[in-house]
Amino acid sequence: MGMQVFHRSTNVISRVTIFGGLFAVVGALFLLAAINRSPWATRQGIAREQPVQFSHRHHAGELGIDCRYCHTTVEDLAYAGMPTTQTCMTCHVQIWSDSEFLEPVRASWRDEKPIRWIKVYDLPGYVYFDHSVHVNKGVGCQSCHGDVDDMNVLWQNPSLHMEWCLGCHREPEQHLRPRDQVFSMSYHPPADQLSLGLQLLAEYDVRPRTECGACHR
Amino acid sequence: MLSPRARQAWRRGLFVCAALLAVGCRNDMQDQPRYEPNSPSQFFPDGTSVRPLVEGVVSRSERFESPEIETGLIDGKPIDRVPLPVDLAFLERGRQRYGIYCTPCHGGLGDGDGMIVQRGYRRPPSFHEERLRSMPDGHFYDVIVRGFGVMPSYRAQVRTNDRWAIVAYIRALQLSQNASLDDVPEAERGTLQASAGGAR
Repeated sequence: MGMQVFHRSTNVISRVTIFGGLFAVVGALFLLAAINRSPWATRQGIAREQPVQFSHRHHAGELGIDCRYCHTTVEDLAYAGMPTTQTCMTCHVQIWSDSEFLEPVRASWRDEKPIRWIKVYDLPGYVYFDHSVHVNKGVGCQSCHGDVDDMNVLWQNPSLHMEWCLGCHREPEQHLRPRDQVFSMSYHPPADQLSLGLQLLAEYDVRPRTECGACHR
Repeated sequence: MLSPRARQAWRRGLFVCAALLAVGCRNDMQDQPRYEPNSPSQFFPDGTSVRPLVEGVVSRSERFESPEIETGLIDGKPIDRVPLPVDLAFLERGRQRYGIYCTPCHGGLGDGDGMIVQRGYRRPPSFHEERLRSMPDGHFYDVIVRGFGVMPSYRAQVRTNDRWAIVAYIRALQLSQNASLDDVPEAERGTLQASAGGAR
């Protein structure tokens, strides 16, 4: 019988290190995935402070002003459009005209310097997105932006991960609404969304693309 | 011990991994060196990449056959008709645009009782008063383009076609608020009278 080089306990140690190492690697991968999906990475659900304490809940909710009053190009262009300072001043020359909250708006008006709003939905530069095609094919503002009429300060409602985009591009019938309800903030989908969705899919000729080049062009 | 070849392969592998990690930390694809709409700019003195339009510039998609469509004027006087074909779709478009841009002050009926007026804005005149009912169509167009009194211009928000659609819808509103039963098609009178119990 030859001499034993290793102690018997080496068997245990080697098993533990092999399996432990495997667990560490897999665990690290899961951790990375968890970080990637966390609001810390996606900014999902995190209210973004703006240079003006503007409340969508007040303007779109309580006053019932249509989205398009300020976001004028949403039906025609890729970019939904941000209101000029003049749009704010349409009402605020008279209403709350000495409010301290509106001083940044008045300063912008006086100095002819645009307000530098913070972009909430900041898509990466390699993603092409067009608002007009979505609202014209029956995708409601709410479907992506959430209950904006109930948000004082806006946050990014979805994760904006590619799987989120693809979820709707693969099953648009689950989300489509009639064109005259696209800008409604109080629309509730019918119990039988699927049959309505399929009907609108045909009526509006909705053919969402899912190949890479659709958005990464 | 590893053979020299295997050791070299290891080193190469490590180098590639390190290079990949280093690349992953940069956001060149995320933030590409181009202007997004409304991006700030250090190039132009006013700090914006969006350039102001040249005075009198016309959008390629907004070229019209006759000048009065854009100005609302003939020989310096407001024209007394809508210079575009008015059909039901045009009126519906007008109703929609009126709902977006006009109701906050003028109200859904056009009587000047919009939500912003209820919050303290100066009350605009009702579209149903005699003075405005007898105004030519071009006057309403002109007010949309240039504003009137405290109302600022809406030319940046509302395109030419839509301005005329709104004018046509204001005319429809005026008709609706000053109509008699004789104006209603005979077939509809019954349903109207049946539902008119609580109406004014």
